[in-house]
Amino acid sequence: MRPLTDEETTTMFEKLSKYIGENIKLLVDRPDGTYCFRLHNDRVYYISEKILKLATNVSREKLVSVGTCFGKFTKTQKFRLHITALDFLAPYAKFKVWVKPGAEQSFLYGNHVLKSGLGRITENTAQYQGVVVYSMADVPLGFGVAAKSTQECRRVDPMSIVVFHQADIGEYIRSEDTLT
Amino acid sequence: MGRKLDPTNKVKRGPGRKARKQKGAETELAKFLVDEESGPKKLSSRARKRAAKRTQPKPKEEVKKEQPQKGFTDENSEWLKPAKRKRPVEESDGEEDSDSEWELEEDEENEEKGVGPEIEEGDGEEKEEDEEEDGGDDECDDDDDDDDMVDDYGAMDGSSEGEDNADQDSDGEELLPIERAARKQKKLKAAMEQDSDEDEEEDESEHADEEDTVQANIDEMDRFKLPGQEEREKEGVLPLDLQSIHQRIKDNVDVLTNFASKREEGKDRGDYLSLLKKDLSTYYSYNNFLIEKLLEIFPVSELVDFLEANEIQRPVTIRTNTLKTRRRDLAQALINRGVNLDPLGKWSKVGLVIFDSSVPIGATPEYLAGQYMLQGASSLLPVMALSPQEGESILDMSSAPGGKTTYMAQLMRNTGVIVANDASAERLKSVVGNIHRLGVTNTVICNYDGRQFPKVMGGFDRVLLDAPCSGTGVISKDPAVKTSKDEADILRSAHLQKELILSAIDSLNAESATGGYLVYCTCSIMVEENEWVVDYALKKRNVKLVPTGLDFGKEGFTRFKERRFHPSLRLSRRFYPHSHNMDGFFVAKLKKFSNTVPTTPAGETAEEDTVPAKTETPAPSKESPTKPESKVKAKKPLKANISKEKVATNGVINLKKKPRDVQKKKGVKDGKKKPKVAKEGTEIAEGGKVEEKKEGSRFEKKVGKKRRPNPMKKKNRMGKNKFKKFKKMMQKDEVL
Repeated sequence: MRPLTDEETTTMFEKLSKYIGENIKLLVDRPDGTYCFRLHNDRVYYISEKILKLATNVSREKLVSVGTCFGKFTKTQKFRLHITALDFLAPYAKFKVWVKPGAEQSFLYGNHVLKSGLGRITENTAQYQGVVVYSMADVPLGFGVAAKSTQECRRVDPMSIVVFHQADIGEYIRSEDTLT
Repeated sequence: MGRKLDPTNKVKRGPGRKARKQKGAETELAKFLVDEESGPKKLSSRARKRAAKRTQPKPKEEVKKEQPQKGFTDENSEWLKPAKRKRPVEESDGEEDSDSEWELEEDEENEEKGVGPEIEEGDGEEKEEDEEEDGGDDECDDDDDDDDMVDDYGAMDGSSEGEDNADQDSDGEELLPIERAARKQKKLKAAMEQDSDEDEEEDESEHADEEDTVQANIDEMDRFKLPGQEEREKEGVLPLDLQSIHQRIKDNVDVLTNFASKREEGKDRGDYLSLLKKDLSTYYSYNNFLIEKLLEIFPVSELVDFLEANEIQRPVTIRTNTLKTRRRDLAQALINRGVNLDPLGKWSKVGLVIFDSSVPIGATPEYLAGQYMLQGASSLLPVMALSPQEGESILDMSSAPGGKTTYMAQLMRNTGVIVANDASAERLKSVVGNIHRLGVTNTVICNYDGRQFPKVMGGFDRVLLDAPCSGTGVISKDPAVKTSKDEADILRSAHLQKELILSAIDSLNAESATGGYLVYCTCSIMVEENEWVVDYALKKRNVKLVPTGLDFGKEGFTRFKERRFHPSLRLSRRFYPHSHNMDGFFVAKLKKFSNTVPTTPAGETAEEDTVPAKTETPAPSKESPTKPESKVKAKKPLKANISKEKVATNGVINLKKKPRDVQKKKGVKDGKKKPKVAKEGTEIAEGGKVEEKKEGSRFEKKVGKKRRPNPMKKKNRMGKNKFKKFKKMMQKDEVL
């Protein structure tokens, strides 16, 4: 476990900012103690300092997870957000998409969101903007990338994709073994 | 007689319109009906009367009722056959429109036959008349009877209704008092002339006939008879009849619960028990070892309940994740999805019971969003007992799959630290998944062997040890336990549990302002894995039992067979599937009151002995993993009597296998050795004991090293009093 290098921090923050914009600083400066990002097994964990101190007792091979896993760095040093980060993306998300109850299931099985399943969408969403997907009951279901801007969404036919799927909470069942 | 003539001829016919009048078939049928739908309810009025009659003592013959049915078709059949049988058959054969008077008469006859002997006498006479009438038709009739019976065996369901109707008919006719009175008088008259011998025969034959039915079982219950050796052997060959075994279990339990009054002469409890064990293991398919173990824990009647409860699944329960939602909201959301649920109970504010669901409860969007966790009711209990406080540091020693860990986190509102450990990396994946799904952020998940944990970190405020166990409490979840466990498995897990509990205690910080608590729980109901382990911990560390804070459950055992545990073990709680409708579970809460344990020999901490302070060299806190559990028990006699360390080691090694034997042996040696030691001059008896303890602990601590007992201490074996006695004896000897 080690702190992130500058390069890694930039990569990760760039990725995060696609979803939560400048709210990143709320993640770092928290009123309830200092939180930090740590790299372990190529995964980035978001931990409070207090827990971090305790976790240093655990040897590297024996440490499985600590705090919340945000995502991992690929071998090509790109950063992939994991669904486990949803708890921290959802409250700060700038652009949101709500899916209809009928389309909920489809999204949770890993499919893209179609126009027909689109319930609501944040105004002024640009194309390829990172969005967090909610159910109509405001339960965060996952996140993705807007395939069309809000304006375009109004015009397209019902079967066209409006949000590309990236991660959904169905992964907790579908791929529990490779979750983090 | 004519039975074998053409059995295939009328087999296909089935119970026709007339068949319902054939009493023979009825009796056959009732046999089938007994167990399926609780017998007594179905009884007709006559049957009830018969049952009442049967409670009186009876001739021996009736014990073998099963057989006579087939036997009396031969020469006896002509006169043994009750009249009622023949006539209806005859009707069915020939006269289609028999006058209703006849039928009525018959029914009444039958009723009265059941009522009392005097009436039967008259009956017998009539029967004779019947026979004369029947005459040549007899063969045919017999045939019919048999065929119909065969039919009934096959087409039991169809004919059962008919039989019921027939019963009701007869009941209805019973309500004609005038007619009956007249008939009675007639019969009484006739009875005067009747020969008594035949009547008795008749009576009995009828009994035999009816005994095949419900009442046979009742009778059996009254006088449950142990099957002989050959019968048992036969059973092994024949295909299993689970119904009869089940009935036999019930009867057997009945006898065992009222042994003095219901036992059979000349049979002792052991006979009944051995049969019961065999039957239980057959019926519920357990191995003998487990049945015997369970029989030690439960009284027989409760054992059957327990085994029954293991056959059915516990209700599905879920726990609301209060980090994300409230129980009311969750319940509403699930009800909207077509789930039928209810709060779990007064004792839990987060539990919900799922009765049925139109959607898979483990895959709803609410589940995926982490609003609840599928979790057995029993696994809420240890966390409630632990009652973690906000801001504490807590260790969950064997956390997979994370149900209890996440419950702790939600009780702590995601503050403090939880270290979730598990020995299996594979199972930790589910912990990772669940922790993230439920939005728990205060955990460190690591993959150590729990026994090494004090080396990694310590100073926790609370520790939850959900020890790996044999799983005898969750047989309904995993029926493989029924047959896969044996003594070695139990002891192996008990051994591991003892190591783990010490390691858990060592990870605790006794000085913690709010904590210092350990909750030990298993999903096993074996005493070896529960009370024994806790008792061991009490002896080995500075811990005491405290109330679990759970207001239900059964108290833990303080004595079990030959073992005596610390009296405070009644503060622990046991939960059983049959009494609490949750998985079998054991929960004990311990408070560590001193951190000094690691620096003092373990034997000192045992509560029962008043050991003076020692200047023993500080021993490492780690217990040697190879140490046998039984050592604790056997230590005293062992150490007291053996002066050569060589012998001691041997003794210990032997102890692994059979501690009691060794104890006995040592006891024998005792007498020989003591004098020798005594000659060397001794001190107080307590002193001797202390030495034993001390040595025991040292001995355990330094298994790896050469165990060299202090020669000085060795000499001080004998207590003062004993020494005095011995002196006197010696003096006497000298005098002699």
